[in-house]
Amino acid sequence: MVPLLEVRNLQITFTRYTGGLRQHQIKVVDGVDLSVAAGEITAIIGASGSGKSLLAHAILGLLPGNAAMSGKIMYRGEELDARRQEALRGREIAYIPQAVTYLDPTMRVGRQVRLAAGGDRREAADKQRRAFRRYRLGEHVEKLYPFELSGGMARRVLVAAASVSDARLIIADEPTPGLPQAEVREALLQLRELADSGCGVLLITHDIQAALGVADRVVVFYAGSSVETAHAQDFSGDGHLLRHPYSRALWRALPENGFEVLPGAQPQPSDRLEGCLFAPRCAMATAACSKERPEMRHVRGGMVRCYHAT
Amino acid sequence: MVYGKWFAMKLIRLCTLLLALSIVSFCLISLSPIDPVQAYIGADAMRVSPEQRQEIAAYWGLDDPPVMRYLHWASAILRGDMGTSMLYRTPVADVIGERFLHSAALMAVAWLASGVIGLALGIVAAAHKGRWPDRLITWYCYTIASTPAFWIGLVLLVVFAVWLGWFPVGLAVPAGVLAAEVTLLDRIHHLILPALTLAMVSIAPIALHTREKLLAVLSSDHVLYARARGEKGYALIMRHGLRNILLPAITLQFTSFSELFGGAVLTEQVFSYPGLGQATVAAGLGGDVPLLMGIVLCSALFVFTGNLIADALYKLVDPRMRKGGDG
Repeated sequence: MVPLLEVRNLQITFTRYTGGLRQHQIKVVDGVDLSVAAGEITAIIGASGSGKSLLAHAILGLLPGNAAMSGKIMYRGEELDARRQEALRGREIAYIPQAVTYLDPTMRVGRQVRLAAGGDRREAADKQRRAFRRYRLGEHVEKLYPFELSGGMARRVLVAAASVSDARLIIADEPTPGLPQAEVREALLQLRELADSGCGVLLITHDIQAALGVADRVVVFYAGSSVETAHAQDFSGDGHLLRHPYSRALWRALPENGFEVLPGAQPQPSDRLEGCLFAPRCAMATAACSKERPEMRHVRGGMVRCYHAT
Repeated sequence: MVYGKWFAMKLIRLCTLLLALSIVSFCLISLSPIDPVQAYIGADAMRVSPEQRQEIAAYWGLDDPPVMRYLHWASAILRGDMGTSMLYRTPVADVIGERFLHSAALMAVAWLASGVIGLALGIVAAAHKGRWPDRLITWYCYTIASTPAFWIGLVLLVVFAVWLGWFPVGLAVPAGVLAAEVTLLDRIHHLILPALTLAMVSIAPIALHTREKLLAVLSSDHVLYARARGEKGYALIMRHGLRNILLPAITLQFTSFSELFGGAVLTEQVFSYPGLGQATVAAGLGGDVPLLMGIVLCSALFVFTGNLIADALYKLVDPRMRKGGDG
């Protein structure tokens, strides 16, 4: 079956001017491969600064003007180019941003959700009211301005906005930062509901445990590239089912799994590593690792970017 | 209730402002090298004896120490008497009133035109950032912004009044026509060139400011999210950009009263337009202390009113301010 969304070897390069007119290229996203199937949640986990949000913007076609993209993004088997992105944004592809700052501060939230619904006025208002009821938002909420919402309400408004647009693909970028545990659970269950109703969900987060609770597949990001695609069940025990040494390190760094912190830090795009991005911190690294970047390959039903994975 | 307290605070601030301003201006005028008696008698200096000069000085109260003169003037002002203009030999209030009408017409036209056109140009430039409409508009703005107002006035005067003969070269009404026979059309005809000069100068900062603000808004998170919801083009700009830039634009528009007044002084001088600006120059050069002080106070009041309106509108437009949130 053709996946709903497929990303192949995506790279994003920013052009910056340094010291007058000297152009400077920074490759911020460097090799991302992943897919999202209808009815499934694919979670992307990784430290901040690993290029997760940029991936979301690239899929939506909302990269800033000084960013150049290469690689392929396929949506329902066809290439997702700028024209298709513009046609599908807000209709088939919905975006759940991370914070209340993504709502227009000068517009009542009800109207903003109605704008997401599209269609004629009455229909949009109807959809918005139904979505608000579904997400436990009182009738008065539609008349409020974003600054009057609590963190939990703002998050529910953003989910409601995604649910009114009949989307097939939902991209949720860190939908749960700074929320109490119960709210986080609720937010993720709402995403699960959307997936169970047939949507494909791409969940971007750095909260590994929360993601594992609802996701079907997990993509691990490291320094702007995807290093592994695993099943959510692979994250268990001491992590021996995981394929990439970084995934295992991430798993073992969790408090309940030993709190073993990997020394060193993620390389910066300006470091321009030739070989595997993880090699400098990897216990398994050999000479071959720092010579050439490993390709994504299939291992035990998942995918991994490592020469030594078995 | 909140508004009442806010307004009272503003009034107190206005009073202290006017007091400080009057003291500073009075000091400056006292230190000015222009001798009011000399400026008054001007070319007749040879025929005026030292005794007569003494009498004029005594008549105007110039022999008193500055502090006495200031207190004398200030107590008269508090009673509502702005004094008599030395140059025009009529009450200052009358001079300012008549002059202000001319200036108000000029400034209102320029103000409205620059506000509307400047905002529109700024929006167009931001919407087409980096493409030719943007480059054309920013080119115009930088050119105008680096050109003095009086020079633009002179160029317009040469082209449209001298070469083409479409407009009169100066004044607010035709020369040699009875006041009763001056038509509204005559007044508009005389107003166009000075107003155009003033508007051209005022458009540039407003357009550039609008462009900057709109670009900032367009790169904000909430516009990104709006685009992710499928909104685009001018509809998006009007919905999510305009209201957000309207706040700073309104403030700028009303706080630009001071620049407007400054521009009017130069423009009126070039076009011999009998407005408040021209009277300021005349009063300054002629050492007409009561008139100059009157104009200083009135223009301060004018600029202050602009800022006051800006603040009040800010409260109205921004829901965060209106609902008393902390933003």
